[in-house]
Amino acid sequence: MELDKSCPFLREYGNEQSLLSRPDGSSTFVQGDTSILAGVYGPAEVKVSKEIYDRATVEVLIQPKVGLPSVRERAREQCVRETCEAALLLTLHPRSSLTLILQVIHDDGSLLSCCLNAACMALIDAGLPMSYLFCGVTCAIGKEGQIITDPTTRQEKESRALLTFAIDSVEHNVLMSTTTGSFSIKELQQCIAISQKASEQIFQFYRDSVKRRYSKIK
Amino acid sequence: MAAGFKTAEPLEYHRSFLKENCRPDGRELGEFRPTTLNINSINTANGSAMVKVGNTTVICGLKAELTMPPSDAPNKGYIVPNVDLPPLCSSRFRPGPPGEQAQAASQFIADVIESSDLINMEELCIEKAKLCWVLYCDIMCLDYDGNLLDTCIIALLAALKNAQLPEVTINKDTDLAEVDMKKNKHLNINRHPVGSSFAVFDDTITIVDPTAEEESLSTALLTVVTDEEDRLCAVHKPGGTSLSAEKLQHCINRAVTRNKEINKLLNKVMDSMKMSK
Repeated sequence: MELDKSCPFLREYGNEQSLLSRPDGSSTFVQGDTSILAGVYGPAEVKVSKEIYDRATVEVLIQPKVGLPSVRERAREQCVRETCEAALLLTLHPRSSLTLILQVIHDDGSLLSCCLNAACMALIDAGLPMSYLFCGVTCAIGKEGQIITDPTTRQEKESRALLTFAIDSVEHNVLMSTTTGSFSIKELQQCIAISQKASEQIFQFYRDSVKRRYSKIK
Repeated sequence: MAAGFKTAEPLEYHRSFLKENCRPDGRELGEFRPTTLNINSINTANGSAMVKVGNTTVICGLKAELTMPPSDAPNKGYIVPNVDLPPLCSSRFRPGPPGEQAQAASQFIADVIESSDLINMEELCIEKAKLCWVLYCDIMCLDYDGNLLDTCIIALLAALKNAQLPEVTINKDTDLAEVDMKKNKHLNINRHPVGSSFAVFDDTITIVDPTAEEESLSTALLTVVTDEEDRLCAVHKPGGTSLSAEKLQHCINRAVTRNKEINKLLNKVMDSMKMSK
């Protein structure tokens, strides 16, 4: 699959906000067949053992489709949590908790980046103040060195390396990076450049999605 | 007076050092703490290593057990790393089930083993679909002073290098495994991944090998794992403030130099073991 560098290929994506009544913010994000449902509760009360005196405490829970959360989910939760902590203005809500729950509805590749996108949209829906938005992009490096963005599960299995980045909306820099497989420095730089290009499309989608939603509300 | 300032305003205290391009313990911004390595400390384990990077102390014990290979890879054995952060190493860890940091570290080590192609899993298989080795690597932190991931990778690598597995044959008549404890052989290590951790302060200054205080005051943490062919096995930046491409490149260059330093240390220790035998 050759990559057109001017327009990285992303699967068809969709988003719906405010679909759940109990959480303060909720959203679902669909990338191809991968679908994640996110709910945000906060700012709410926090356990004394977890409270931080000058900032909010962010907790992230990722529930897999089948089974109980395992070590793999914990590693993903750490990535999502630290990205959210950097983007949110936590000092506005000291001694409070912001809980983000992500439920995997279907996993067909690019799971972590779909989680990040759903998380960002849910935080927007909850109205939590952020200094910038973030989005997730996954790149897979195939056996011949070709770079595929937003891979499906089959493409991920056939790839030799998988890189997931979280890109911020203001300076388009890398907020979070997690990789599996081995790759050269040049391939890393190419993937970062492609992810930054792809993130522009996703941020435009966020804007359109929010604009459409708020133009309906009188 | 400095101690009072440090307790009251830890961030300002560190900033005043960083302005002069050095750190409170006297190191340069790009300087690692002295690293010491000790192997074969645990006699009852198949392989073991203890690593100290400054004050951070990590011990890795490797036990090999026989089991049936997994059904999706019948000709491969497997490695199960487990990072444990007991309350002994720092007051921030409470007794009980492993916390998020320990679990994320375990997952990271498992990913590095797979990404770097550290050993051929086919070598761990004794008989296809019947018997294989499973290597349980227990990595325990004894003293937490920052930079856990690098230290764990070095400890794991050293333990695998000095691990000795007995020879196992399957008796054709009884179909049982026979272990010959006298014949031992070492594992074939393909690659030597070494990690380098960095901390970003105030979105601008990057320091290498952060201590626990520097980690808690930093705005972002980054770990880069390279192997000896200068290929990247992991670029792990779990969130935090953004990092520009030039800073990332600078970190990767530093990581490549570190890889050579650690491999030299590892070879020196392995050679000294051979000489003492």
